[in-house]
Amino acid sequence: MRGYSRRGFLGMAGGVTAAGLLAACGSNTGRGGGSGGDTIEQWYHAYGETGVQQAVERYAKAYDKGTVHVQWNPGDYDSKIASALAASSGPDVFESTLRVDMVRSKQIVSLDDLLGDARSDFTESVLASHTVDGQVYGIPQAVDMQMLFYRKSLLQKAGLQPPRSVDELIDAAHKLTTGKVKGLFLGNDGGVGVLAGPALWSAGLDYLTPDNKVGFDDPLAAESVGKLRTLFTSNSLLLGAPADWSDPSAFTQGLTAMQWTGLWTVPAVQKALGDDFGVLPWPALNGAGKASVPFGAYGSMVNAKSKKIDAAKAYVKWLWIERGDYQQDFDLSYGFHIPARKSLAAKADKLKSGPAADAVRFVQDLGKPSNPPPWTAKMQLALSDSLNKIVRSGGNATTELKNTVTQVQDELKRLNG
Amino acid sequence: MRLPRGSDLSGLRLQASARSAAFWLFVAPFLIGLLIFNYIPIGWSAYLSFFDAQGTVTPDTFVGLSNYADMLTGPFAQSLLTFSVFALFIVPLTFALALGLAVAVNRIRFARTFFRSVFFLPTACSYVVAAMVWKLSLFSGVRFGLANTVLDWFGQDPVAWLSNPDPPWYWVVLVTARLWLQVGFYMILFIAGLQRIPDSLYEAAFVDGAKPGWQVFRHVTFPQLRPTSIAVLLLSLIAAYQAFDEFYNLLGTARGYPDFGRPPLVYLYYLALGQTQDYGHGSAGALILALLIALVTLAQGRLLGFGRQEA
Repeated sequence: MRGYSRRGFLGMAGGVTAAGLLAACGSNTGRGGGSGGDTIEQWYHAYGETGVQQAVERYAKAYDKGTVHVQWNPGDYDSKIASALAASSGPDVFESTLRVDMVRSKQIVSLDDLLGDARSDFTESVLASHTVDGQVYGIPQAVDMQMLFYRKSLLQKAGLQPPRSVDELIDAAHKLTTGKVKGLFLGNDGGVGVLAGPALWSAGLDYLTPDNKVGFDDPLAAESVGKLRTLFTSNSLLLGAPADWSDPSAFTQGLTAMQWTGLWTVPAVQKALGDDFGVLPWPALNGAGKASVPFGAYGSMVNAKSKKIDAAKAYVKWLWIERGDYQQDFDLSYGFHIPARKSLAAKADKLKSGPAADAVRFVQDLGKPSNPPPWTAKMQLALSDSLNKIVRSGGNATTELKNTVTQVQDELKRLNG
Repeated sequence: MRLPRGSDLSGLRLQASARSAAFWLFVAPFLIGLLIFNYIPIGWSAYLSFFDAQGTVTPDTFVGLSNYADMLTGPFAQSLLTFSVFALFIVPLTFALALGLAVAVNRIRFARTFFRSVFFLPTACSYVVAAMVWKLSLFSGVRFGLANTVLDWFGQDPVAWLSNPDPPWYWVVLVTARLWLQVGFYMILFIAGLQRIPDSLYEAAFVDGAKPGWQVFRHVTFPQLRPTSIAVLLLSLIAAYQAFDEFYNLLGTARGYPDFGRPPLVYLYYLALGQTQDYGHGSAGALILALLIALVTLAQGRLLGFGRQEA
């Protein structure tokens, strides 16, 4: 009876049980005693690059005003953090993207007073992605970004220039599709998962407006999402590749001429293709919009339910604001990230030439936060459903998006009154 | 009850209380576990379902039945409908295949254990591993996926099995994976059932002139398998509504799960346990699902006469 008892359990007891179980997992953190001493519990997600875990443990050990215990969390980290914060068993310090519901449910504390003079050293847009109602809740650690990779030689052979508009991209994808190579790879879901933001930005729209209204209640949104549908049915998209968009394999193994992926793949792509590739932002739809790249930054946060908030804040200040040398090591010694601090980004030799330098420029000029704090997971679920209906199932873009607008408005009302 | 000779009432009471102490000693751990891990969460879940409980399990905003209304009008209702159709389809299919395999394996005279093991082994396979094999090698969307290689022999273009829902080829992937994983288990149940049927019944049927084959199966084997059939139908029905593992791993990506082929539990997972943490709606959905399973099971029982005494 494999799975029967466990799933029967889940089905009957629903969310609560599972939350309880998750909370139970979370509480066994080996912090030992709890009240004894000033051990600060710190959580990271499992970084893929070798050496990061050892590095963060080394930083923690070097802290002399208290003991820090680092927990490494493989698997669905974002959900784990969300559950741990709802229960009372979370870590004291953790990394996360910022969502407004964390602030509204009073799960995290403001870190605004920690910044001091360092405030101006953080890239504005990155710090903004950790700010709600003018208060900073996360100290940005490192920046990741996504962009479009293309094979120079294949474009040249087809007599094409790097696409500057969505229509040019559709045309290029079509012309680059030959018997064995597809023109473009946007993920196995046809870009539904990663291109919601870029599709809106390219039409000059956004998830939400600065005054917290729905940002895509506009016919242009339907037109822009419709372009993804055009691509999906054009037979020039690679679909069902063994590795998804976040992995460069489809691009490096020649299954596709262009691929949407991230800065983190640059070393692997360079190794496989040498100089035979270039990078682009997601192009603009028309005169109204702008090219864009999504970026995301985990920030270091402090749990409002922590028993030692002051000690935790002091540690965050020490690690992510005072110890620039550790940040530089963290951002540049292992993976391929852009430092959140301007002074450190300027020192990064790896980011000074070629596609990596383009990426840094894209983030500065065209960067949009991939998880803006006021855009909640529930809103994302609604938008993702309608994009799936439009792009993959051929639903009516105008009706589906209208439906999503209503759902997002309900959620905004719930959060902001 | 006749009192044993020489016993007085206080001794009896002592004996009885010792017996009841033993009863509680053995039953209590299980009962406490059941209480803490099943009944309290179910009750708490019912409580939460009437509150706006987002990001908290101790809510204070009572919302009445609105969570239930939301769940019954939103995408969750679509999931329930899809998986009712799925159950209608997969339960008889699983039943027929498992029974067919059991009869076939039970009949062969050589290497019976080998065949039994071969068909049972997939049950021991992790759902996640099987989903990965199905997704990455058998039904990968690229031209060198196994299914697409076969299509290529017949001059057909490759199919993006799991990516493109139009036409809904993804069901081929989901249904074959589920059958491969589950049929062996139900087959073993049927084999056990078959081996319980006394030979004398077959001998009597033979004497009465029943033709071996369909007639014997129809009038002797199948009626004798009734308790097993009931178990298989019930278990596979519940399993159909509670589908999660292979669906989540086949259709889900790091960025979410599409709106098609989405089991009720996968939707609840994203709504209540992911970053959304909406326990109010999640609990309402879980209770609706539990109620639906109970209703369908009862209806199935009524329809097929499960409750009736066996002749």
